[in-house]
Amino acid sequence: MRCDVLVLGGGNAALCAALTAREAGASVLLLECAPIEFRGGNSRHTRNLRCMHDTPEDVLIESYGEDEYWDDLWRVTGGLTNESLARLTISESARVRPWMRRHGARFQPALGGTLHLGRTNAFFLGGGKALLNAYYRSARMLGVEVRYDSEVVALEIAHGRFIAAIVRQGERTERIEASALVAAAGGFESNLEWLRDAWGPAADNFIVRGTPYNRGAVLRALLDSGAEQVGDPTQCHAVAIDARAPKFDGGIVTRVDCVSLGIVVNRASQRFYDEGEDFWPKRYAIWGRLVAQQPDQIAYSIIDSKAIGRFMPPVFPGERAATLSELADKLSLDRAALQATIDQFNASVQPGTFDHAVLDDCATAGITPPKTHWAQRIEKPPYFGFPLRPGITFTYLGVRVDTDARIVMNDGDRSANMLAAGEIMAGNVLGQGYVAGIGMTIGTVFGRIAGASSARLAQSMQ
Amino acid sequence: MSALLYQEAARVIGICNSCRYCEGYCAMFPAMERRIDFAREDLDYLANLCHQCGACYAACQYAPPHQFAVNVPRVLAQVRLVSYESYAWPRFFAAAFRRQPALIALTLAASLTFFFALGIAWRSDGFFLAHVGEGSFYAIFPHNFLVTLFGLSFVFACVALAIGAWRFWREIERPDERVASGATLAALKDAAALTYLEGGGEGCPESSTAPTQARRVFHHLTFYGFMFCLASTSVASIYHYALGRIAPYAWSSVPVLLGVIGGVGLVIGPIGLLWLRKVKPAALYDPAQSSLDVGFTSLLLMTGLTGLLLLGARASAWMPSLLALHLGPVLALFLLLPYGKFVHGIYRTLALVKYRRGY
Repeated sequence: MRCDVLVLGGGNAALCAALTAREAGASVLLLECAPIEFRGGNSRHTRNLRCMHDTPEDVLIESYGEDEYWDDLWRVTGGLTNESLARLTISESARVRPWMRRHGARFQPALGGTLHLGRTNAFFLGGGKALLNAYYRSARMLGVEVRYDSEVVALEIAHGRFIAAIVRQGERTERIEASALVAAAGGFESNLEWLRDAWGPAADNFIVRGTPYNRGAVLRALLDSGAEQVGDPTQCHAVAIDARAPKFDGGIVTRVDCVSLGIVVNRASQRFYDEGEDFWPKRYAIWGRLVAQQPDQIAYSIIDSKAIGRFMPPVFPGERAATLSELADKLSLDRAALQATIDQFNASVQPGTFDHAVLDDCATAGITPPKTHWAQRIEKPPYFGFPLRPGITFTYLGVRVDTDARIVMNDGDRSANMLAAGEIMAGNVLGQGYVAGIGMTIGTVFGRIAGASSARLAQSMQ
Repeated sequence: MSALLYQEAARVIGICNSCRYCEGYCAMFPAMERRIDFAREDLDYLANLCHQCGACYAACQYAPPHQFAVNVPRVLAQVRLVSYESYAWPRFFAAAFRRQPALIALTLAASLTFFFALGIAWRSDGFFLAHVGEGSFYAIFPHNFLVTLFGLSFVFACVALAIGAWRFWREIERPDERVASGATLAALKDAAALTYLEGGGEGCPESSTAPTQARRVFHHLTFYGFMFCLASTSVASIYHYALGRIAPYAWSSVPVLLGVIGGVGLVIGPIGLLWLRKVKPAALYDPAQSSLDVGFTSLLLMTGLTGLLLLGARASAWMPSLLALHLGPVLALFLLLPYGKFVHGIYRTLALVKYRRGY
């Protein structure tokens, strides 16, 4: 089988590339390794994209200009970003939504509990899966061929030029040639062996928040064929999530949002970090790593009944207890050690006026680590405990691309006909850290660029 | 049994409340977000806000085969059915909601038999002959007889519906609820316009195709068809009692025009709804209540169809038979109003009132 453009992957970036290439006249085959019910990679779990805009738009309030966007990106990445690709992402983000709408995307105002994002992020009505449903419908109407359960087992690449992919679909293995390749198959975060290589045995206690299908086969094949690497495999975006979450695909609901309202202890019942350092949306992303560094990669967020109703409702109810001893038993912690930690914490709480909406003056004195905001005694039963584990959102390791989304090879030359979009190249823009909605922006912008480039390359070869 | 159902509904809605991606689709989700616990009365309220359009199911990252197995339209349909049963009056008739095929068949058969037997008994001389001119219908069934029979059934239905509505309202209303001004009017508008059958603006996903407004359009045809028929009867009563004009009325008269418009709506609307019920993904529905979903709609269709036939053939010898054939489903429809799908409109409107009050 042969086509103009072969798209590997079935998430947002892949669909944006496939739609754009098809609109440019190319014949497009898209291979999704997941079954149809789980199509869409991690895009299924997303909910918005971050958009630059100089004036208020339908669902975006006020303005979010290029300089502020760039500052935000610079800050969260600590400068680990390619400025020309980042600025391209930002300026294009202002232009993508009309195109998205043409392909069925619908937007809604910021969701309850996320109003702080109403200025910067455009939310998809129904979330990422609804967006993908619309894209898949549009792809079908435009005549993009889509195959599910299709796993790439090998890529034939010679001197930076893609020749064919070997694809397994059930019992059948097929060789598919194409004039151009778009790699949009995500990272490797659900490949547990690869994680163990990078992280050691601690990785066994990690939970993968997204799709189980991002096993990194395409990324591996590209790197092995001489594509230049960006990022390193030990870097991943991880947050603290409920330890009772499923191993894969728990998505957004497994988050635990009460950390800043109480204390967090490890399995020795010891605190290990300032729970009130900053607002939770600015801090949740460091807690994955913090928990990963604790013995057995587990920790427990403990609150009392004063905190109830002040945080997004958790999907798994907390362990509930009338006394701290009972809570210790339920969490399998040592009674005396937990009691001592909480007594010591309570004794260190200074008077102040509690206000969870601002960085208030409720702090501890005389303990290490301190709790610098929202410190209140844990004294009002019932008590609640939530077990926490590191939950991986995505990995940063990827392939280098240029402004045409062309993959850059180790010799510094651009690949003749290989392009990349989405998580597999997001590390070019996002070397570390995260800012809400940037993943979908990178996927949409580079998906469209890769789609246009691939159609152009395919045409020039004929 | 129903305790398990409410537990499952609370589990599913708890997942939704942690996710919230579907907030823009309808009123159910914002109402859910105002809560962190989901007791039985909360779930009864939320279930009756759901219009079962299916937009959230298509969008759900946790829908089966995901292990969280979130299916909001189905679990809320199941809760709705239990809520219909719990608030029904008299309580004994709660059993009706799970016995629709037998109940509708028996009621319909009984009322058809009743009218045919009565007509033939009363007019043994002319039940199969043409009757024309003023009062021809009442030559078969006397006017006072019809008024008494349908008046009593209608009053009974209204009383039963009102008691159910009152019970439901008492259960879902919290003592601290204050009436926001204009809430009731706004809720009536939401009900009349089917605001929340829009799937957040683009319509409902009927199948794998793009969302459409089909269900909303067919429901409007059905509901407003029903209202036009009711208006036709009301105007006819005014003609009869106030103006002394006796049916049948001319084709160009107000009651006939209203009746024709209503009848056409009651034919096209229910056919469309029944068709959609067949083509929409089965996963959205509670398999235990397919007959509840189609039973009432079928009765409406029969009413509309036989009404139009009667009008068309009222000058022929078929008139008395068609009259009985029309009055049968109408009587069955009236008697079963409080014990079938019709109640959804009452409970949903009340739920919308509570929603518009801001709770």
